[in-house]
Amino acid sequence: MDWQTLATQLFGSNHGIRRDGDFLHGDVVFDGQPLAVIGTTDHAPIGVQLALTQARAVLDMLAQHPGRPLLLLIDTQGQQLRRRDELLGINRAMAHLGMCLDLARRRGHRVLGLVYDQALSGGFITSGLMADACDALPEAEIRVMRLPAMARVTKLPEALLAELSESNPVFAPGVRNYVAMGGVRRLWEGDLAQALRQALADAPTDDQRAADGAARGGRKLAARVIHQVLAAD
Amino acid sequence: MISYAECSARERLALIVDAGSFHEWLPPALKLTSPHLAQLGVPSSFDDGVAIGRARLAGQDVFVAAQEGQFMGGGVGEVHGAKLVGLFKRALRDRPQAVLLLAESGGVRLHEANAGLIAVSEVMRALLDVRAAGIPVLVLIGGTGGCFGGMGIVARCADHIIMSDIGRLAMSGPEVIEASHGVEEFDSRDRALVWRTTGGKHRWLTGDCDALVEDDITAFRQATIAALGQARPVTLAALEAEHARLSARLTFDGSEAVSLWTALGVPQAAKVPDLDVAGVSALGVH
Repeated sequence: MDWQTLATQLFGSNHGIRRDGDFLHGDVVFDGQPLAVIGTTDHAPIGVQLALTQARAVLDMLAQHPGRPLLLLIDTQGQQLRRRDELLGINRAMAHLGMCLDLARRRGHRVLGLVYDQALSGGFITSGLMADACDALPEAEIRVMRLPAMARVTKLPEALLAELSESNPVFAPGVRNYVAMGGVRRLWEGDLAQALRQALADAPTDDQRAADGAARGGRKLAARVIHQVLAAD
Repeated sequence: MISYAECSARERLALIVDAGSFHEWLPPALKLTSPHLAQLGVPSSFDDGVAIGRARLAGQDVFVAAQEGQFMGGGVGEVHGAKLVGLFKRALRDRPQAVLLLAESGGVRLHEANAGLIAVSEVMRALLDVRAAGIPVLVLIGGTGGCFGGMGIVARCADHIIMSDIGRLAMSGPEVIEASHGVEEFDSRDRALVWRTTGGKHRWLTGDCDALVEDDITAFRQATIAALGQARPVTLAALEAEHARLSARLTFDGSEAVSLWTALGVPQAAKVPDLDVAGVSALGVH
């Protein structure tokens, strides 16, 4: 879904979200309450600049609007694959964005992620995956790598990967795989405004994703291993 | 002098902490392997590529983790990631003096990519919980595989990073960038270029690491001891300072390290690649 359609469905045609390049931002009113919106569009590659632009918006929210909930609108092709970005420390800029979001949570801001188009790898780790909860639209795409490329890199037959991906959500692209593994809490189907209302109301503040993955059967080991570490002699 | 780079993860652990003090949790005897690798017919490891436990460093209680770069490139899979998350959760509960992460990883393990991606973010959150409790997290980077992808992000979430000059810290590997944008963008076979762009000297000069050491286990141990007791609270003021520092970099218009160092005010920047670790350390952070 394109961001304007989404914004209009959630907040009406006068939603007030602006686009500057690939960066989306705005302060909207939802159910009579202010809500900050930060995001990206057009499958944006996240380089140093765009990571910092988003971090700036989070820091401004922290300073100017304590406690205001934040909705992250996610559409990214992943990290920018350029030598300049590596030279300038893209990993540090992305960590900075993730730490700004983490501090927002700690200071009592409810932080929600919504994958409305696509989410890949590094662009996702420091946005939606750092939120209190990350949801997605059913038609969204989440992946690290498509199966043909994965087959090349891992030197495994693509047919084997395709066959196993039918029963194991652990490597294949797909938003439902991320739901099964607990990385995405739920899909927004039907009335989107109602879905946002519910997300604002019931997002957890602690990290429940390993437990969700175990309960849903898509990631059976993580929660158990974490428990084993806590219990080890 | 023992090369840090040439040691295995367990050898590094044994030599970094006080002699004989490492006690491993979920040791290889438990045979905790990745079922996903087995399903793909890929050899697995009884520790899934990471050793975790408690130890003492200069007499202080610390928790430690070491990734084994020789197994799946140190890639983070479901079990590997959960061991790291468990270690940080346990640190939050038991309050050691510090958590040491001997990182060597290409990032997310592709064979279990979705689990790895989620796990890296769980590690970040658990690590930041530990920092919020005032317990410093120290990252050591000096393996031949470097510290890339999600682990490159995790490293920058820590209080301190200690690197050797042959260590590398970055996001995407040069091969990936070359495959995406061509050899003109990043020639992955040009080793000097790769190290200028991602290596320890560059990360030291720009302040992306906090100590630059020789490829020597004793040097790593001493730098790690020196960083004990130096928690850096993550506050709004600290993040504003970080933001200003990173934003200033964007005024640099180029992609070549020597030009960047010159712009940052490093004297005789062109000679940096020829300097030894002591020489580069003496130049300071710019």
